[in-house]
Amino acid sequence: MNDTRVDPMKYLEGMEVIDSDLMEKVLKLVADYDYAQYTDSDVQTALKKDKLSIHDFAALLSPAALPYLEVMARRSKAETKKHFGNSIGLFTPLYLSNFCQNHCTYCGFNIFNRIQRAMLTMEEVEEELKEIAATGLKEILILTGESPRNAGLEYIGESLKIATKYFSTVGIEIYPLNSDEYAYLHKCGADFVSVYQETYNIDKYQEVHLIGPKRIFPYRFHAQERALLGGMRGVAFGALLGLGDFRKDALATGLHAFFIQQKYPHAEISFSTPRLRPYINNADNNPNDVHEKQLLQVILAYRIFMPFAGITISTRERAGFRDNVIGLAATKMSAGVKVGVGGHSEEEKGDEQFEISDDRTVDEIHEMIVSRGLQPVYSDYIRV
Amino acid sequence: MSDKLIIGGHEFGSRFILGSGKFSLELIKAAIENGQVEMITLALRRANVGGEENILDYLPKDITLLPNTSGARNADEAVRIARLSREIGCGDFVKVEVISDSKYLLPDNYETIKATEILANEGFVVMPYMYPDLNVARSLVNAGAAAVMPLGAPIGSNKGLCTKEFIQILVDEIELPIIVDAGIGRPSQACEAMEMGAAAVMCNTAIATANDVEQMAKAFKQAIEAGRAAYLAGLGRVLNFGAEASSPLTGFLED
Repeated sequence: MNDTRVDPMKYLEGMEVIDSDLMEKVLKLVADYDYAQYTDSDVQTALKKDKLSIHDFAALLSPAALPYLEVMARRSKAETKKHFGNSIGLFTPLYLSNFCQNHCTYCGFNIFNRIQRAMLTMEEVEEELKEIAATGLKEILILTGESPRNAGLEYIGESLKIATKYFSTVGIEIYPLNSDEYAYLHKCGADFVSVYQETYNIDKYQEVHLIGPKRIFPYRFHAQERALLGGMRGVAFGALLGLGDFRKDALATGLHAFFIQQKYPHAEISFSTPRLRPYINNADNNPNDVHEKQLLQVILAYRIFMPFAGITISTRERAGFRDNVIGLAATKMSAGVKVGVGGHSEEEKGDEQFEISDDRTVDEIHEMIVSRGLQPVYSDYIRV
Repeated sequence: MSDKLIIGGHEFGSRFILGSGKFSLELIKAAIENGQVEMITLALRRANVGGEENILDYLPKDITLLPNTSGARNADEAVRIARLSREIGCGDFVKVEVISDSKYLLPDNYETIKATEILANEGFVVMPYMYPDLNVARSLVNAGAAAVMPLGAPIGSNKGLCTKEFIQILVDEIELPIIVDAGIGRPSQACEAMEMGAAAVMCNTAIATANDVEQMAKAFKQAIEAGRAAYLAGLGRVLNFGAEASSPLTGFLED
């Protein structure tokens, strides 16, 4: 069936090709990663080191590291304290639109899923932003499905301009763009870009991204680099854990970020660790073999490998997990989250992308952070 | 005896400068009191005037604010942040911090000199955070800096005085106060910096992340005072080239 579909490795017309060898580097290392070969002694050696090599990072992601979760947690906590102190950043996402041209088998917004589609008008965007700002938040993440003919570049740009009136930090989690388009959105007010590769296994990638521009693997892979070339200050990485082989995908995610930081030393690096969640018309969607234990292993390995990187913990996880992982490894969390279109000032206008597990308000999250001896941070960025 | 720290014509009784970025905000006041701190840094990006958890709301009014330009990647951005800081009423002091490496957070000395010159000309009391290099320190003096703030080790590393030899050179050669900033993880290291002749020490992570913030602030205060007293008293001679030979090498001389 695959041969009738678009070749996932071939750029479509209009997609910018940049000069970069990072994808080949990452994919080669991941292909060679045989995590079953790692032993206790590899894990112990890794944990003794002040600075971990790629090999050490691979050891921490291997099954051999599972018995060392407690040791990893202690190390991770110490690193988190050293680099971030008590600070926990707060933000919330705003979905502008759930129209989507892609058919991604794991996502509630996919083109064939029968859900209520909607897109906010500029007035509604402003209303929503105003309502969110009233909760005290100063950081916003703007999201859309991938459908430039609905939520096009200019529409997103105009929304960002409004966002900068209310928020000091504006990030985007939208479809990948060319570097000049990133430059335009940067000018409109966005400084941070999240693009999740979902899985770094090309076979799996084409199996779950059946239709639409998202099917083009390398264009997505190079999005962070194009964003930085377009002047963005920070980029976020993530694999959708449970989709493919999570150990390989976590290794790939870490290496992707590692090489980007090496090539662009000024770039602020962060990770997200989403797991598969149920969505409307697919209640059985689940993270397969990635249980909380494995998820924590991945999070801790990211922290120990790149102690300076931000880690965001998703509302896909339950409150009890999120509360314990902040300060231990995570440095940022969302609060007052809605994953449908709008929903902050009025009823949701369009259906949700997935089911969230933590619907606490900003105040509730704030209280929880304080009660754990940590410091909620609303503002941590100046646009200059 | 009056032993004041003088920065840009301003006098301070305390030689303990506190960083604020890694604190739980409600503990800052106790740290200031227990450490008898008179100057505190704050990242301007953390100021959230009129908003939630505005760091400025947690700082006593009589303390000298030392706003830093963290987040700036070049001189131009540092200058803009400093101007913004003055506009919102944070005063004329500024700690220039220009960092274009997200991994080690090491300062960019070249851009730091440029920003220092511009801001000094605009009347700021400029305290640049720098990698301890004598030539750069001299350029900072010429650019109009009010103090020089070399790093002991990477920010947050708690590794202490990794750059000790080079900080000593700055202490010996530069007229301005040399304030050791970053990397100090324990009171003994702060004491050591002061014994060497540093004019002050800046500290954040070690205190903010201590189990008992008040006690740790107190410990740092005492260590800094002890180090200062030792420096003023004049440390006993430490011979650099081993022990003196008991039978003198020049004993053969006759007339």
